[in-house]
Amino acid sequence: MTLLIIYVLVFVLSFFIVRKLLRGVMQRNDFISLKTVTFGDESAVRPDRWASVISVVTIFLLWGAFTGSNWVPIHAPGPFVGDTQFTYTLEAPDGSRDDATVHARVSRAGESVEDPEIEPGEGFAKNDAITVGAWRSELLLMDKNDEVKRSEGAKVVAIDGQPVAPGDTVSVADGQVAITSKGSLNFSPAKGMQMEPIWLPAPEAVVARVGEIASQGYQNFTLWEHLYWSLFRVIVGFFFGALVGIPLGYAMGLSDWFRGWFDPIVEFMRPVPPLALIPLVIIWAGIGETGKVILLFLAALWIMTISARAGVSGVAISKVHAAYSLGASKWQLMRYVIMPNSLPEIFTGARVAMGVCWGTVVAAELVAAEKGAGMMIMVASRFQLTDIVIMGIILIGIIGYGIDILMRKAEKWLVPWKGRI
Amino acid sequence: MSTLSIENISMRFDLPGGGHVQALKDVTLELQSGELLSVLGPSGCGKTTLLNILAGFLAPTEGRIMLDDHQVKGPDAERGMVFQQGALFEWMSVRDNVSFGPRMAGRSKAEYMDSVNHLLEVVGLKDFKDKAVYELSGGMQQRVALARCLANDPDVILMDEPLGALDALTREKMQGLVLKLWKETGKTIILITHSVEEALLLGERLLVMAPRPGRIHKEYRLPFADEGVGKDLREVKKNPEFGEKREEILSMIWDMEEEIMGRTEETA
Repeated sequence: MTLLIIYVLVFVLSFFIVRKLLRGVMQRNDFISLKTVTFGDESAVRPDRWASVISVVTIFLLWGAFTGSNWVPIHAPGPFVGDTQFTYTLEAPDGSRDDATVHARVSRAGESVEDPEIEPGEGFAKNDAITVGAWRSELLLMDKNDEVKRSEGAKVVAIDGQPVAPGDTVSVADGQVAITSKGSLNFSPAKGMQMEPIWLPAPEAVVARVGEIASQGYQNFTLWEHLYWSLFRVIVGFFFGALVGIPLGYAMGLSDWFRGWFDPIVEFMRPVPPLALIPLVIIWAGIGETGKVILLFLAALWIMTISARAGVSGVAISKVHAAYSLGASKWQLMRYVIMPNSLPEIFTGARVAMGVCWGTVVAAELVAAEKGAGMMIMVASRFQLTDIVIMGIILIGIIGYGIDILMRKAEKWLVPWKGRI
Repeated sequence: MSTLSIENISMRFDLPGGGHVQALKDVTLELQSGELLSVLGPSGCGKTTLLNILAGFLAPTEGRIMLDDHQVKGPDAERGMVFQQGALFEWMSVRDNVSFGPRMAGRSKAEYMDSVNHLLEVVGLKDFKDKAVYELSGGMQQRVALARCLANDPDVILMDEPLGALDALTREKMQGLVLKLWKETGKTIILITHSVEEALLLGERLLVMAPRPGRIHKEYRLPFADEGVGKDLREVKKNPEFGEKREEILSMIWDMEEEIMGRTEETA
């Protein structure tokens, strides 16, 4: 909740700051800047790149601030670490009371610390010492060293002077103390607002993991091998999908018989999510490369078929007529008119297919694989290696985005007339 | 040279919901080589159907088209087409569009380059030959379409409202260009149009068609096309005879349109 409020605040504040400070610098004098109606005119809405930069930086700052990163100067309050103490009041069956102090030493996860040294103190209730890990809690059998024990009718009646009964929870200096139903104490040091590394590691931990896995590997393969295998499967699967799908789409766009024959198959297979085929593919082809490639082939096939078919039906009939009356043969019409004319559609399809393939390969690797980006994060999550999981997700995102950018670049280069007819 | 004869063409086809359409009925016409024919008529009179039959894109249900001694059975390079718009190949440069026909026929670059360059010069696009067609204006694109058709050296040129999408000024310039090309190349041209003025200006012969069923209503032989060659077409339009003919044909088409409207109102 705090996080959301901070995020919204940064959003709003940076808007005003950027608008105020950069008004002079950002002044543009092109045509769009002269439009007075911009609300509702989509073409006049251009992404503010300052906002994009601030948006990305904000996410990293928040990530760092709430994980106690060394890279970020400001931190959300972290968990309590260090020595603290609280007192409890023990009441003997005869009604006499005595106070004892509990010395707690809170340490970061993974560090080993010794119990604080303490004096037993006076009275029948003796002082105790415990160690607790940050974000953890520790059950304290406080009466073990006391002269009157719970089994003899002693009970804790107050903590730091606040009267308590079993089931209550009270706040103490650096945390909370709960009394269990059996009357022992459970100390939880203050958690602060930071995330525990097991939920969300700090950015530097993730980066350190990248270095480590890139050089030493994880689950028998280095990071690059994992990513390479995922990409390799996508490219091979997509390649064969396009190799079969595009000619099939053309055939469906050019022949009654092909159209009629494959229409039911394509229309049926298209809405089946490729993920639903994973179990069947595993049964048929196992979890090796063949299965993955078959799955991705099927994922790309229908998309490419449909886009090629749409590409053929998108050819203006006047172009076809013109080509024929200029003396083109069927093959020449195919080569010089239908194929180039369907390129924009095919590229759109290829972009979609690549996206679907990338998503499918990761999902398939999550289910079962020996190597690959999805397998890496799945195994890491079983061992609660959250930093590897996050690293994997970020890299998967970057690669998916990179594929899309490459496809768009290729499209611009190969189909310069798109959207300009 | 080449004679194009349309012999008793009828075109009738069934509708999906039952019933049928008589698009053309008993159309007969003969065109000598080098004649310029414009075809005019209200919408639904079958003029585009007729052109598609001439091009070989549609088969008539009765009758036949003869070009010299052989029957037209499908599209062929001997009959070139110029479309209203969007028939250029955007993935090719202006020059590649114009040289498309010769290239498809397998001619070598050396054979066609001279004529392609010459045609580009005639239509005034010499400096644009390496441009992409989508970078050109509508008028320039239609000039490319004309040049592309001529580069193939067809016997007959069929034009389906080639200037219909152009603005008035460009249209007038293009009408002059069509006349000039007609005179220079001596091709047989059939031009379909919606504009009475254009039909008068660009028709050595003018065919007015009537709808339901599509048929030839009246034929004129006109002097304006010959007059207009190399001249300012506005001068031709000032000719009182031109004005008379225009009024005559306009009211003829109006009557037909009214008849159609009346008939549809009755059925509705």
